[in-house]
Amino acid sequence: MKGNSSNSGNPQQGQHSASAGTLAASPRSRPRPRLAVFKFASCDGCQLSLLDCEDELLAAAEAVEIAYFPEASSRMEPGPYDLALVEGSITTPHDAQRIQEVRRCSRFVVTIGACATAGGIQSLKNWAHHEDYLKWVYARPEFISTLATSTPIADHIRVDYELRGCPINRHQLLEVILAFVRGQRPKLATHSVCLDCKLKGTVCVEVAQGIPCLGPITHTGCGAICPTYDRGCYGCFGPAAQPNCRSLTDHCLQTGTSASTLLPLLRNFNGYAPEFREASNRVEALSAAAASVKEPIDE
Amino acid sequence: MTVAVDPHNPWLARTVRIRRIVQELPGVATYDLCFDDAEIARNYSFRPGQFNMLYLPGLGETAISISGHPRRVGVIPHTIREAGSVTTGLAGLPENSCIGLRGPFGSAWPVEQCAGRDVVLVAGGIGLAPLRPAIYELLSQRDRYGKLILLIGAREPSAMLYPAEYNEWRDAGMQVEVTVDRALDGWNSHVGVVTALLDRVPLENPSGTLLMTCGPEVMMWYTIQGAISRGIPADSIYVSLERNMNCAIGLCGHCQLGHEFICRDGPVFRYDRVASILKVDNL
Amino acid sequence: MSSKPSSEFPFSPPAPDSPANHNPDGTSLFLPRDDLNTLIGKLTADGYQVVGPRLEQEAIIYGEISGADDLPIGWTDLQEAGKYRLQPRGDQAFFGYTVGPHSWKKFLFPPVAVVATAERDGTGWKLDTPDAEPPKYAFLGVRACELAAIKVQDRVFLGGPYTDPIYQKRRNAAFIIAVNCTQAASTCFCTSMNTGPRCTAGFDLALTEISDGFLLEIGSAAGNAVASGLSLQPASDEQSGRGESARQQAVSQISKHMDTTDIRDLLMGNLQHPRWDDVANRCLSCTNCTMVCPTCFCSSVKDVSDLTGDHIDRERRWDSCFNMDFSYMNGAPVRNSIHSRYRQWMTHKLASWHDQFGSSGCVGCGRCITWCPTGIDLTEEVAAIRSSPSSGRSERPPISDAEVSAT
Repeated sequence: MKGNSSNSGNPQQGQHSASAGTLAASPRSRPRPRLAVFKFASCDGCQLSLLDCEDELLAAAEAVEIAYFPEASSRMEPGPYDLALVEGSITTPHDAQRIQEVRRCSRFVVTIGACATAGGIQSLKNWAHHEDYLKWVYARPEFISTLATSTPIADHIRVDYELRGCPINRHQLLEVILAFVRGQRPKLATHSVCLDCKLKGTVCVEVAQGIPCLGPITHTGCGAICPTYDRGCYGCFGPAAQPNCRSLTDHCLQTGTSASTLLPLLRNFNGYAPEFREASNRVEALSAAAASVKEPIDE
Repeated sequence: MTVAVDPHNPWLARTVRIRRIVQELPGVATYDLCFDDAEIARNYSFRPGQFNMLYLPGLGETAISISGHPRRVGVIPHTIREAGSVTTGLAGLPENSCIGLRGPFGSAWPVEQCAGRDVVLVAGGIGLAPLRPAIYELLSQRDRYGKLILLIGAREPSAMLYPAEYNEWRDAGMQVEVTVDRALDGWNSHVGVVTALLDRVPLENPSGTLLMTCGPEVMMWYTIQGAISRGIPADSIYVSLERNMNCAIGLCGHCQLGHEFICRDGPVFRYDRVASILKVDNL
Repeated sequence: MSSKPSSEFPFSPPAPDSPANHNPDGTSLFLPRDDLNTLIGKLTADGYQVVGPRLEQEAIIYGEISGADDLPIGWTDLQEAGKYRLQPRGDQAFFGYTVGPHSWKKFLFPPVAVVATAERDGTGWKLDTPDAEPPKYAFLGVRACELAAIKVQDRVFLGGPYTDPIYQKRRNAAFIIAVNCTQAASTCFCTSMNTGPRCTAGFDLALTEISDGFLLEIGSAAGNAVASGLSLQPASDEQSGRGESARQQAVSQISKHMDTTDIRDLLMGNLQHPRWDDVANRCLSCTNCTMVCPTCFCSSVKDVSDLTGDHIDRERRWDSCFNMDFSYMNGAPVRNSIHSRYRQWMTHKLASWHDQFGSSGCVGCGRCITWCPTGIDLTEEVAAIRSSPSSGRSERPPISDAEVSAT
């Protein structure tokens, strides 16, 4: 062992008595922060990620007081809360009001998952007539009170941190919770999925197989699962930092990927995220323009 | 001999204890660190302007310049502003806590070259901290140098760093001028940016004067332009630059500025060496 | 072993008349095709983990090899900007391809590695660095550009005031079997960078594949020791001739060229060139070029702790100057645009690398061209800047007193 400093780390040298270096057990004794988990329009998958933490959840539970988490416990303490985790998007007038109440009773609001941060898969209705959807889905649509859009939480209230993913990565969730417990801003990586592929040795499916892949514009978090199994990235973690969606979509269109393949890829779980939204709208417009040019020839 | 950084095992940090914490300003404190290992402590020395990597297990490392007296063995002061996760974590630690340290790293202020010359030091805000070891060193052999002038700028009077020492430095033979952006009642010194202060300082022999500056990059840039217009040669001007340092040993690539690794080639640079790259935005 | 990093820089090639050299008169030795397996077996018996080309994930990657059958026999790769495809060759060549998505750096500079550890010890910490011995690798199929890349990384990790112990241990233990290229991809430009295609130094053994076997050269004492256990014959003039024309074929197939004349000054003098905006429109800032580059060495170290927070690994991962967080300082990234990040990468690779390490950071392997999802070709970017160099270096814009103010 080279230059081991273990001797020097030994406290026997004397007068050091305080609980030194203990970050988790901060010397500033204070009550445990109160955590609440709220659900809006969503599949519950992100909350389940928290329950999925198992051992880590116990550690997290030691760090925070879980005051409101209907999915996990019948104990529902009233606010105020120090940290609110919000899952789901806003799709009803009632939820649009309820989220204001969440903001009022919470010191920090962290949105978790694609629904809360980008509107989720249900934001597909933002490109359609929601009255039509109501008629197709419900026998008695007149009983349904719903908004025309599915929108991210940040469109309605101030959000302190957004944790992306469909579903979220539980390790990242713990990191975010612990950061807030420590009074710090979470610092999660914002790079593309490509870097994760390369770290694993996964060969680029776009370059080697011509499979359309959103990896270059998608936020890290999933561990690059799909390319590992010869599938293109679906963009589950939303846009990476400063994504160049225009270049990627142009390149895909120029190299033979059709707009009809590209559109559903972009309008997916994070389709309403501004960068993906703009990209898909542009692809749609380009495709419509190309079709209108073609039409006279076809006829 | 056990030294603080083994060139062939440079990732190994050494444990230090926080012997004393002095709150300097809101969010700024000085931490006196002492090695646990007596042999390392004995063998440790640094040059003014160098920095250490301070390590909080679980949070990571951060580069902090050393702000103490280079001739004082055993205690290594670091003046730190709460900013990132490591410095915020550090702010939550009590005295006697154990943390890690690697260092010293980087280049130094050219104190040796000051012999027989007039010296101007220009500090902006917390930029005084990396200059303080140079101040101590210059004053410890005061008669070796010509005029010593220290210009300190801060946002407001309450943001002045180490104010209790200014009179000691004056008594030891250094002209100390302070300026603030915004004055309050009772302030009887200069008001305005530190670069304006430089314009007013009498320089008897500009071409033989050496200038060192540390502060926000844009402040240093204007200080340098002012110094050059006063006749101080570009190769007698030294700046301390900052970039994101991750490894401190020139291996990680983070702190590059043009062709320079700030951690290895800097943080202290002779101005003419970095003049062209300092002009380029987002480099 | 001549391929080992020496403590002195620059590296000196092995002396041509070194006693280690089996074939001092310059004639090649011949290794029959079937004996390649014997070579792999001998290295394995000597305790090496043999790594070399394999067919995986629709590409020729570098992975563990247990015998010659694991090699991509009869396959080649077609490469162009942003495109890579496997294709059968119609013969039984072992090494009938160029370079793929992987490089040897993943073995010498692992993508993820623990550089230090911290363990809670009473009221303090026990800080340590790992000292486990890494695998002893034998690299089979190292191309000339890749030998050059290893030499470049030797300078980065071993040539400065501080050496990286992880790289050093792996590098010291490695055995290198180079293979001369007998074909080139459209993305190859080693001849512009003076790195190939002929392997001249930095190997223990070097092979040139001909149909019935290999011409073999010995580059080090360790190479000699391994070769002495093989049934080698002197190569006939006819075999040597076939080897030479195979190698010549690679040279003649190289179509890409990069003019490197004064390239350092060209790029550093054009930091405000409009071409950076042009390439920023195409660049995804996805990091692919830096990840596949055999010389890119950027990394980040981050603490990874267990649940208790008592055991911490300081984990180093490959990072990239294309990541926004990479230049994060005082609350914001310094390079806050694709424009500035692409400029950083290319000027570092081709220009400032010279200042830092005394050579170019580019070896002309063409990986960054092939594996760029949008097919950006750095040789074209250089050519564009060279064709219309701008002299305009903008000064900082006027700044108000408020901005100059301290802190």
